[in-house]
Amino acid sequence: MGNGLERRKNGGREIDQEDGLRQVLEEMKALYEQNQSDVNEAKSGGRGDLIPTIKFRHCSLLRNRRCTVAYLYDRLLRIRALRWEYGSVLPNALRFHMSAEEMEWFNHYKKSLATYMRSLGGDEGLDITQDMKPPKSLYIEVRCLKDYGEFEVDDGTSVLLKKNSQHFLPRWKCEQLIRQGILEHVLS
Amino acid sequence: EHMEENLRRARKGDLKVSIHRMEMERIRYVLSSYLRCRLTKIEKFFPHVLEKEKTRREGESSSLSPEEFAFAKEYMANTETYLKNVALKHMPPNLQKVDLLRSVPKPDLDSYVFLRVKERQENILVEPETDEQRDYVIDLEEGSQHLIRYKTIAPLVASGAVQLI
Repeated sequence: MGNGLERRKNGGREIDQEDGLRQVLEEMKALYEQNQSDVNEAKSGGRGDLIPTIKFRHCSLLRNRRCTVAYLYDRLLRIRALRWEYGSVLPNALRFHMSAEEMEWFNHYKKSLATYMRSLGGDEGLDITQDMKPPKSLYIEVRCLKDYGEFEVDDGTSVLLKKNSQHFLPRWKCEQLIRQGILEHVLS
Repeated sequence: EHMEENLRRARKGDLKVSIHRMEMERIRYVLSSYLRCRLTKIEKFFPHVLEKEKTRREGESSSLSPEEFAFAKEYMANTETYLKNVALKHMPPNLQKVDLLRSVPKPDLDSYVFLRVKERQENILVEPETDEQRDYVIDLEEGSQHLIRYKTIAPLVASGAVQLI
């Protein structure tokens, strides 16, 4: 009856999640219609013996709804985590696994978060998706893993991030690029 | 902001600059971490957070900033809209409404917390956890530290008589 929903819940994102969801919704429609006809029979035809079956179908309906909502919400939580992990632009590989509605949820979420962060003290706000770890040193040695191009450091000076180039840069500026896999923190 | 001004005035390469910068980064980290924690809790318990705000009495101060409240409302609306459009509106008519207050777990007010007493408290009633126990009364001496169920001392946290650590 779970229709593999539980399997999908544990497995993370599956491309055919829409198919599983559709099956559950169809099953719910079928159960509901069976119940409607049985309820009419029980009322008008005096078929009190149908009541346990009606109750059972209702329980199934509630369970299907609970599993569906839990599964969908769990996906949302993972998508939410993507904003904190990857930033506001998601890699295409991940977007491929998201439905249009999930993308819309993500866009609303990141807009809401941006509005909130802009309101934090001062004119520019505070980007709380940075500074995820306590600072140990001001500058860190980083190696560039992919070609990125010009990257502005303090005082308007900029560095050219070419693949395999190494730089000694302010830690806080590098955090997001490290998370995106463009820079690598070199620990000597 | 104050420290950023100082930074601009100091000479480049000055040791003061480095230390200032480091301190700024530490402050930024602590601040960001604190605000992240708040946001995480708001997201985790969003129907309850909003319900608490809705039922707040006149004169009682809010535990949310206005911006956090706006964020919480947007989070709820966003999630409700999503669930409705993707699943709920395709379900039988009598099942289309989900009470998020009932489905989303509440914060566990019975969890144990560490606290330090700032103002002496007398005759705090500690309710039993199991049926075999009976409730009893304790005094909280100023400066003492305790590990106690949150629910027992919740009003004292709000009044500032104790401080969670």
